[in-house]
Amino acid sequence: MIIHHPLLGPRDASEFVHLGDATLLSRPDWQADDAIAQFHEYLYQRENPAGEYRELWYHEQGDRSWLIITRNTLTHEISSVELARDVARKGSAS
Amino acid sequence: MRYSALSIIKNGLTGNKGWKPVWREPDPKQHYDIVIVGGGGHGLATAHYLSKKYGVTNVAVLEKGWLGSGNIGRNTTIVRSNYLLDGNQPFYEHSMKLWEGLETDLNYNVMMSQRGILNLAHSDAQRDAFARRGNAMLMSGADAELLDIDAVRDMVPFLNFDNARFPIKGGLLQRRAGTARHDAVAWGYARSADSHGVDIIQNCEVTGFTIHDGKCTGVQTTRGTISANKVGVCVAGSSSMVMAKAGMRLPIESHVLQAFVSEGLKPTIPGVVTFGAGHLYISQSDKGGLVFGGDIDGYNSYAQRGNLPVIEHVAEDMMALMPFLGRARLLRMWGGVMDMSMDGSPIIDKTHIDGLYFNGGWCYGGFKATPASGDAYAHLLATDRPHETATQYHLDRFARGAMIDEKGAGAQPNLH
Repeated sequence: MIIHHPLLGPRDASEFVHLGDATLLSRPDWQADDAIAQFHEYLYQRENPAGEYRELWYHEQGDRSWLIITRNTLTHEISSVELARDVARKGSAS
Repeated sequence: MRYSALSIIKNGLTGNKGWKPVWREPDPKQHYDIVIVGGGGHGLATAHYLSKKYGVTNVAVLEKGWLGSGNIGRNTTIVRSNYLLDGNQPFYEHSMKLWEGLETDLNYNVMMSQRGILNLAHSDAQRDAFARRGNAMLMSGADAELLDIDAVRDMVPFLNFDNARFPIKGGLLQRRAGTARHDAVAWGYARSADSHGVDIIQNCEVTGFTIHDGKCTGVQTTRGTISANKVGVCVAGSSSMVMAKAGMRLPIESHVLQAFVSEGLKPTIPGVVTFGAGHLYISQSDKGGLVFGGDIDGYNSYAQRGNLPVIEHVAEDMMALMPFLGRARLLRMWGGVMDMSMDGSPIIDKTHIDGLYFNGGWCYGGFKATPASGDAYAHLLATDRPHETATQYHLDRFARGAMIDEKGAGAQPNLH
């Protein structure tokens, strides 16, 4: 897989490590009444779709940026790559 | 049909025209006591133990494709019981004992070959960890031997013992471990279940569950609606997609694990050798091909194929451990889809929906578990109580903090 880094251009996927679902950016409110249930969902339960999937990758062997990659889990085709900080600022991680 | 040397000679002399299909191809009935979703190794094993051991014969196994088209046909055939934790090791040792009697139980040659598994140690810390693991294995009734460097040299003298980064210091050996012929396991279980009256229905995809007032009373399929007292889902690799049809989210991600086979070589490697520090395991099939693999690719995938970085990594590990294999050519490679659970251990449990049961989360270790998984799932389906060796594989263990995390890697499936 080639990942088209928004700042660095096309990079081999072996430079990156995969963390998981992009929803991990949206941490629950720890002061909510049902915080324990929310954190259980957040940490352990996964949508795990067969098809389009938004996920967090880390450019460990590069500029150490966090990326949100939209990738098809049936074909490995990558349709978009964004900097996670831009996504977090827009508040559209999920 | 019973097989014997005589039947092989007789059919050999008469053009092999006397062989008959070993299981029926029935149409689905309206109702079964138990419907098993998934005709892979675990589903067929469940049907076998349900019908033979627990006396429930009004059972159907529904398979979307053909029998054994999933991970039972895509693994590297290794059988072992060398786990550490209480929740796991008694279960895998139960599986090992079932493997040892499987050919007699099924009257079917699954080519069970107890050629041993050797886990290599490369540091004092790793050797100490293996001593601890070996003790846990012995306490569960399994066998384990801690080998020093001379014993490892005697056994596998061809390894590169003096690798600068990972010099070999010893190893943990389980002699009863080995390999089995993976397809034959599926066929043997299918044949046995069929002979006890189980309907095995292929090309029958489950498209939905019939659920009313929190109770599951059957499934909708591409071959009509089937009602059932109990439905047992057993579709590792696709668990999330199937259970989503019942409105459930699981503590599972699907990942791809690659495996490789070389061209046939003369007998070289006596048993299974694992190089955990570098992510490589290797054995040699009866046909002579080296069967080997490494880690999962590390990203979610349902594609049944992986990418080049892991292939390069595995090849580098092989050159580091066994430099003499540098000129062996790769014959074929493939990928299988793994149910990677959040703690690296499986799930065999009821769900919150009455009558709906779940078996999955086998990570990359489903093959060796096939007999015990079938036995434990059959026990649960027949009696509504977990099997004595599978009491900790609950779906809610993550909410309760009762994880079974062999590696201590936490809730990140690609690290297990």
